[in-house]
Amino acid sequence: MNFDLSSAMKLAIGSAVFAAGALLAVTLDNYQLQVGTSLAMLCVLCWAWNFVGGYMGYPSLATSAFFGIGAYANAVAQLHGASLSVAWMVAGLAGGVIAALVGVPMLRLKGHYFAVGSIAMVEVGREIANNWDGLTGGAVGLNLPLMAGSPDYVSRFFYLAMLALAFLSFALTLFIERTRFGFGLRCIRQNEDAASMVGMDVFRYKVAAFVLSGVLCAMAGSIYASMVAFIEPKDAFNIITTIEIPVMVMLGGMGTLFGPMIGGVFYVVLKEFVWANFINWHSGILGAIIVAVIYFIPAGVFGTKWSILISRLRRSPERKPSKLAEIKG
Amino acid sequence: MLAQYVVNGVLTGGIYACLAVGFSLVWGVLNVVNMLHGSMVVLGAYFCLYAVQQLGTPLYVAMPLACLFLFAAGYAVQKGVINRVIGQPILITLTLTFGLELIVNNLLLHLFSATPRSLVTNFGAIEVFGLRIPVVRIGGMLVAAILTVLVYWLLRHSKIGRAIIAVRMDRHAAALMGIRIKQIYALTFGIGALMAGAAGCAMALIYPITPMMSGLFLGKAFIICVLGGLGSVPGAIIGGLVLGLVEGVGSVTLGPQWATSVGFMLMMLVIIVFPSGLAGKRGYE
Repeated sequence: MNFDLSSAMKLAIGSAVFAAGALLAVTLDNYQLQVGTSLAMLCVLCWAWNFVGGYMGYPSLATSAFFGIGAYANAVAQLHGASLSVAWMVAGLAGGVIAALVGVPMLRLKGHYFAVGSIAMVEVGREIANNWDGLTGGAVGLNLPLMAGSPDYVSRFFYLAMLALAFLSFALTLFIERTRFGFGLRCIRQNEDAASMVGMDVFRYKVAAFVLSGVLCAMAGSIYASMVAFIEPKDAFNIITTIEIPVMVMLGGMGTLFGPMIGGVFYVVLKEFVWANFINWHSGILGAIIVAVIYFIPAGVFGTKWSILISRLRRSPERKPSKLAEIKG
Repeated sequence: MLAQYVVNGVLTGGIYACLAVGFSLVWGVLNVVNMLHGSMVVLGAYFCLYAVQQLGTPLYVAMPLACLFLFAAGYAVQKGVINRVIGQPILITLTLTFGLELIVNNLLLHLFSATPRSLVTNFGAIEVFGLRIPVVRIGGMLVAAILTVLVYWLLRHSKIGRAIIAVRMDRHAAALMGIRIKQIYALTFGIGALMAGAAGCAMALIYPITPMMSGLFLGKAFIICVLGGLGSVPGAIIGGLVLGLVEGVGSVTLGPQWATSVGFMLMMLVIIVFPSGLAGKRGYE
């Protein structure tokens, strides 16, 4: 791994942001803490997706599948007598194991087939949770044990827990970006055949990235489940979330370190604004935002070469008459 | 009892084929996973419903009108919106159509509310060898089957159809042969929308429809498309029939609540074992 000045800077900036977030916990009220927690959760999911979708370039739509697995693994473990911390570990483990089992056949697929296969994981997960009444409580859902303590304490606890997980995802991204593993993932995105031809064990890299992503998503799902204390299939295996996450990362910049966080923050702010002001039209407006992102900044805030875009915008009025003159001439 | 489920499965399978043909064609030719498809099915169903119930149009006029309307809408969406991002990575086209789906679905919910509506039609039922078959279902299946065969014929024998196949096989070569690619894309998308609308009309005859069902329809189109292979009409027919049968038999043996999951599990299995679909390779129709 090569750790230079720029990575030290990035680590410093990231740590400062997270430290500020943690300090804010003292002053925020319950509603703000809730928004903060969901923001941190989305950042975790974005960073987790970024390994597979951003660095490796595989269009994964399986985020909600691992999120749901984590949520249910946590609930089932706690209902069988595990303590909170053990249940969270179990959830992460479950996410990793299932990612490995499903990833081995699935990562042989490419392009559209991978995308569809991964979205089918969400559907299958939800249907299993819906129908396996004995384990998951079926469509009625499951109640998790409530945490002891005052509401203020509980919401701060979950906020800090989610923030810690987000920091972990951030640090992992920074670390992996600079290792052989991260380099391998970028090679796979650019040209998988060439990467395998120069002797890279492409398949192991792919499975490793998928497992890493699965573990992080499952951990986020498990903290979420403990926080809301009630889960049901269509909430845990949410099909909208699974597509929103790539949109957020795209908004920020795929395969970049800060992109997932910026995209997540931007998206949550937009969403909160739209929710508050256009309650009947929120999904339509979200759709319009998605279309606009794809039209105008498909490479994201961090991936777009702004100087080129701006200079092109500036130049275009001058160009038009000259082009017309050319045609006439 | 099983025979009854098999017959029901085949009847539903015919409509499923119609549902998936458009989706499969768009995926195969444009290389776009069209997340809008489910909402187009609902739109077709509602157009037909409102023409019949509010305006008193006879059914046999309302259905072609709904199809034409969907064709025009699909053509316009492709020409105006999707053509701009064609050929870009999957994630871009997929999220774009998902964004459009959110917009259209929101509009549908706003205009028609989430209440399930159905075309109340009762043409009775016929009995063959002790099997009870409602006439409506046969009608729905027939309409769907005729349209599907028509698309097959169009692709094989018309000039436009040949052009669509040529674009699917190699769009660069097709462009060099003087085919206007963007025009073909828009036409293909229009045909896809038309088929979705027709499937919606047929569905409205049988089931109550709500805008919330668009995801369900999309899921079915996905499964059938994977089962049958991309962009192939015979594949969609096979896939549709297989799904209809599997759902029918699955709901007898495992219980009705498993019907949808059985389809998805079958799809994951097929995707892993035969990555180019049960019907094999794509190419010349």
